[in-house]
Amino acid sequence: MNHIKKECVAMLLAGGQGSRLYALTQDMAKPAVPYGGKYRIIDFPLSNCVNSGIDTVGVLTQYQPMVLNEYIGNGQPWGLDRAHGGVHVLPPYETAAGKSWYSGTANAIYQNINFVDRYNPEYVVILSGDHIYKMDYAKMVDFHKEKNADATIAVLEVPWEEAPRFGIMTATEDGTITEFAEKPKEPKSNLASMGIYVFSWAKLRQYLIDNENDTEASKDFGKNIIPAMLDNGEKMVAYHFDGYWKDVGTIDSLWEANMDVLDPNVPLDLLDDSWKIYSRNPVMPPHYAGLNSKIENSMIAEGCEIEGDIDFSVLFAGVTVEEGAVVRSSIIMPNTVIKKGAVIEYAIVGEDCVVGEGAHIGASPETVEDKSQWGVAVIGHHVNVSDKAIAPPKAMISKDI
Amino acid sequence: MASMANVLGLIFANMHEQNLPELTKTRAMASVPFGSKYRLIDFPLSGMVNSGITQVGIITKQNYYSLMNHLGMGSEWDLARKTGGLHILPPYGREGTKIYRGRLEALAGAYEFIRESNAEYVVMADSNVVANMDMRPIVDFHEKNEADITCVYGRVTYSEERALAQTVLYVDANNTVYDVLARPAISGEMNVALNIYVMKRKFLESIIRESECRSLYSFETDILQHKLRDYKILGYKYDKYFEIIDSMKTYYKATMDMMDRKISHEVFSLETPIYTRVHDVAPAKYGIDCRVKGSLIADGCQIEGTVENSILFRSVKVGKGAVVKNCIVMANTVIEENAMFTDAVADKDVTIGKDRAISGSADFPVFITKGATV
Repeated sequence: MNHIKKECVAMLLAGGQGSRLYALTQDMAKPAVPYGGKYRIIDFPLSNCVNSGIDTVGVLTQYQPMVLNEYIGNGQPWGLDRAHGGVHVLPPYETAAGKSWYSGTANAIYQNINFVDRYNPEYVVILSGDHIYKMDYAKMVDFHKEKNADATIAVLEVPWEEAPRFGIMTATEDGTITEFAEKPKEPKSNLASMGIYVFSWAKLRQYLIDNENDTEASKDFGKNIIPAMLDNGEKMVAYHFDGYWKDVGTIDSLWEANMDVLDPNVPLDLLDDSWKIYSRNPVMPPHYAGLNSKIENSMIAEGCEIEGDIDFSVLFAGVTVEEGAVVRSSIIMPNTVIKKGAVIEYAIVGEDCVVGEGAHIGASPETVEDKSQWGVAVIGHHVNVSDKAIAPPKAMISKDI
Repeated sequence: MASMANVLGLIFANMHEQNLPELTKTRAMASVPFGSKYRLIDFPLSGMVNSGITQVGIITKQNYYSLMNHLGMGSEWDLARKTGGLHILPPYGREGTKIYRGRLEALAGAYEFIRESNAEYVVMADSNVVANMDMRPIVDFHEKNEADITCVYGRVTYSEERALAQTVLYVDANNTVYDVLARPAISGEMNVALNIYVMKRKFLESIIRESECRSLYSFETDILQHKLRDYKILGYKYDKYFEIIDSMKTYYKATMDMMDRKISHEVFSLETPIYTRVHDVAPAKYGIDCRVKGSLIADGCQIEGTVENSILFRSVKVGKGAVVKNCIVMANTVIEENAMFTDAVADKDVTIGKDRAISGSADFPVFITKGATV
């Protein structure tokens, strides 16, 4: 089959487990975790691709791919059901030489060199499905071309005290990267890698092969490919990004990132028509705010039916909140039912749960004396919480209680 | 039992527009917005799809831009298909046809499409009935009773007020239709035609051809009334929720019906959903000090004021201190700060200015036309 040449192909690493999301990633990969009332995390990089004019995207899956595969489907919700290109889910596969899982981010791309080669691209954009942000990748590719670079890495200025948590770039004034340190104890810069790379494909292809032949290597972009290119004096530049960008890899950051959509001062405008975030929409009627409901400072998706009190919360599609129930500073994922008189505070409740009458999930920080005992409570997906059951702050519930 | 894969669906997009002039000035009846996120065509179209029909023709006449925009390739209804699927049938689609005067001429314009569908049965529907209708039992009824034409009807408290819009059927105990009255000046509990008909395709083709030869164009007059004794015409009683939109008043009432939880759960059943075009807007946002009670709210709304007993379509803004009560507010309309908007219907893209007060009455809701600034 002939393939039409594409200038740019995106490869989206979506195989991560997201182990620090615990109960929320038991049965789905991190990029499939619901976010912002109607999205899943992967909607952000996928929509960014489409809005940037990139119409060929490989999605590399490995950990718990069922939800993600079904969600992506033929790519129609993102306009990625294309005759040439479009979205392709790329799981690990067996070859004549044997079978192998993706053993690292670089190995995952290595195993799909044939996929990329079919489109004969000049550039490959490497993305991850872990972050919430809006970014025009076309501008970054233009920057890559303008600088005549071999690799371009998107960077964000982070507070110095947080720098040791990131891959840190040191760059000259014109953007040339001179040094890279993965989670340095004493950072020399506060430019953090966002995990978004543009490579000239011919160059990256060779590095992937060399890295694969190196038995010592851990087959990882941050640990192997970037340092190797830097050592060999390849032209590597930093691309500065200053918009909203949030890693949602932990319970706290996922909770915060959801609360950010309610904060008018946070520069993440989901209602902006010029850079839409697409998603697979549930087929449900609009939500119903009942005669007894009291809703403030919240985001409510379609299909919800609310008779209780909602404040500072994000409710996904098809959530029912019965009379007398209270949801405060919490995130309720799709199709969950909160029964009469239940109280949910500072919590994340997963998809398809039932929270029984009078149950109490989480607590507000003011009510907890020992602050080290306080944290967001989490109920995983498909969990039944029986009537009057209590899940304290920081609870991590993945089985019925 | 008939295989629904052998059934062709036909929807008339422009019938009954004279009954709802306010909302059909700039759009077809089929694309009149309804129920906070839908268009009227979503009801017959989703009903057909949920019944297993996989090929549907939409017969249009005029003003069909917004309808085509809404339907796109039909993917939301799972009708973007290699074989069958969704077809929009504009006028002048066939040599010798013109803008139709009645249903029979409209069908003549779609004659080739009907013939080439190769279906065994045809289900026809208009775009003015709100219901979540399973069409399988109707086709089964038609087949079992070997009818020539099956007319679907519902029991309605009929009044002279509705006389301009309806066809009343008289049906005996054997389901035989023995009289058909077009727009009678009567009142009481009546069998009112929902303008949904089932026929064998070959039979439909023969009446189209014959009517063309005799210059007949009204299905109701020339077929249902004049051929009542020649054909086996049966009535099928539909006894679930439905509302015929035949005036601004019934449009308003049917909309408010969607607030009733029982009706809403039936019409927007999760098992047989009503499909519609997806707009990819973020969920609705409620601000500080807003008060919303007994209302249906679509995605993209931003509410900072008070909303009661109202239906807000996609991306409606209600400013601080504004009050919206007993209203239907269509997409992208803005109710600015401290405005009062009660017992009213605002079409799309309307602006109700700061501090303005507009109110109608439950019997006679005020209507604000598309794009108007008050």
